[in-house]
Amino acid sequence: MTTALDALGTRGFLLGRWPWRAAVYLLSSLATASAAAGALCLLCLPWLVLVAESFSDRTGPAAVLLALGALTFGLGGPLVALPLAGLERRRLRLVDPRPVTSGHRRPSAPGLDSWVRTRYTEAATWRELGYVVLLGTVVLAACGSVVVFAVLAGALLTSPLLIGGGAVSVGFLTVSTLGESVWGALAGLGMVAALAYLGTLVAGLHGMLARTLLQGDQLVEVARSRARLVDAFEAERRRIERDLHDGAQQRLVSLTLRLGLARLDLPPDSPAAQQLADAHDQAKLLMAELREFIHGIRPQVLTERGLPAALGELADRSAVPVTVHSALRGRLPGSVEGTAYFVASEALANAAKHSAATAVEIDVRLERGSLLLEVRDDGHGGADPLRGTGLTGLADRVAVLDGRMVLSSPAGGPTIVRVELPCPSE
Amino acid sequence: MSVRVVLAEDGVLLREGLAGLLTRFGFEVVAAVGDADELARAVAEHRPDLVVTDIRMPPDFTDEGLRAAVELRRAYPGLAVLALSQYVERSGAAELLDSGDGRGVGYLLKDRVVDVEEFATALRQVVAGGTVVDPQVVRQLLSRHRDPLNRLSTRETEVLALVAEGHSNTEIARRLVVSEAAIAKHVGNILTKLDLPPAADTNRRVLAVLAYLRR
Repeated sequence: MTTALDALGTRGFLLGRWPWRAAVYLLSSLATASAAAGALCLLCLPWLVLVAESFSDRTGPAAVLLALGALTFGLGGPLVALPLAGLERRRLRLVDPRPVTSGHRRPSAPGLDSWVRTRYTEAATWRELGYVVLLGTVVLAACGSVVVFAVLAGALLTSPLLIGGGAVSVGFLTVSTLGESVWGALAGLGMVAALAYLGTLVAGLHGMLARTLLQGDQLVEVARSRARLVDAFEAERRRIERDLHDGAQQRLVSLTLRLGLARLDLPPDSPAAQQLADAHDQAKLLMAELREFIHGIRPQVLTERGLPAALGELADRSAVPVTVHSALRGRLPGSVEGTAYFVASEALANAAKHSAATAVEIDVRLERGSLLLEVRDDGHGGADPLRGTGLTGLADRVAVLDGRMVLSSPAGGPTIVRVELPCPSE
Repeated sequence: MSVRVVLAEDGVLLREGLAGLLTRFGFEVVAAVGDADELARAVAEHRPDLVVTDIRMPPDFTDEGLRAAVELRRAYPGLAVLALSQYVERSGAAELLDSGDGRGVGYLLKDRVVDVEEFATALRQVVAGGTVVDPQVVRQLLSRHRDPLNRLSTRETEVLALVAEGHSNTEIARRLVVSEAAIAKHVGNILTKLDLPPAADTNRRVLAVLAYLRR
């Protein structure tokens, strides 16, 4: 989603909707900023009195006024900031359509008492008060300047119409003849264009300020929960693998063993012996299939001995000769190991199936907090992520861990698949 | 005199099945236990001729059985051990085969127990001081050391795999349906191609090949 600031650099900006949205935002900012300024003046009244007194050389109870000011500001500030911040968050949509949520917590218990305790002790409230102070001062001044600039531009632009009523004065310029007014109108036109940029810039910066100070930490939460989901997924794979291994697989082995023993008790040429032999063979086949299936869920060697051992085993099983270079020591998070293993496994399968490779090298190491995995084959290249879903599926799996996958596969080879996975070291 | 066996396997069903199989083939099961600590106690108490143990056992379900087996072979020289693994794992096999003098030791995939007669034969080989390695482990070792073994023909590779499993020339000849003389010639060629001096003893043959493959 684009924001007002993003739109500034795009083509067709002047004719699009963003200058108008910025204008609406700026004008309404003028209203809320004035309200903020007014409220701030009331809150800081004791301090203002103190300042006024110091100018008029009258000595008053300075300490009392200071303390009184702090009290009204500290107690009344949040009461002003809370509703104003809520309004500002809704208004932010004009220049920044990305969703924004407040950082406020829900009070732990109903009732005014708990509400006050929650609101006055959370950082979000005081960030909002800070925003209101900036709104009533800096933002108000900036918006005011833009409005003044707009009035000047408007006056110059309309000077040919206004000239009938005598000379028109715009700032230092005075337009007194019709000829001058034409030049004035042209200059006014340029100023309007500049105004569109200036106004959008001010509105965009204001929006950025509002988002920084008024937003809760919702985006961080989303990323964390995604990582949790991946971890939960990996844990579930391990649990399924374990359950199958300790349950179904063991029972199947013991069943097949019993069938094998039973065969010994039957005369080899009896019809029953033939039936039993068939059953025994089928059970053995099922055992082999179940083993492969469990291996596919999550190889036991990966669970027990980690990534380098699992890659070594992968190399052993590969039809194409594979060399593994590993510079890893110790274990990595399960989700990282799992993803790296499956990328290597898929890349190997691709190399064997499509590339006519005769040798594959796998490099794996830790570098600057990331796991780097590179699979290189000497095949004929030409792998295209746009065809089929294998490579994009892998890239998706990598992206879930905030990693990235790059592919180089020119026609004629070689093919290189490289994956970087962020890997927080314990 | 029958062979006395201590059996260690945490799955109750499979433990009973294995005990049945062993009894059926004339072994005497003196103890059947469910974890590595009990295994050590049972061996100390019964002094068996053979230990058959699962590799993955409680409490951690990693390689307790394997570590116990290596430990037992150090403590009781001459104790034959056959380890059963749920999946092929090179380093585990190598560790076990290196223990003791490499005689009377076996490493098989659990799946092999279902071919009851072959399994019983493997057990007898181990008790007799032979070395038995699962064909799948051998296959992986072979693929791992592809390069120097490229010199072997397909048939020679087949023969080498069977040699590594601990079979005699007679048995290999029977399996491949060729004459024993042909096998003897293949074995001679293999040992020559791999720069291993020929040796008469089946077991030393296996050890030599494995030692070479592990390198």
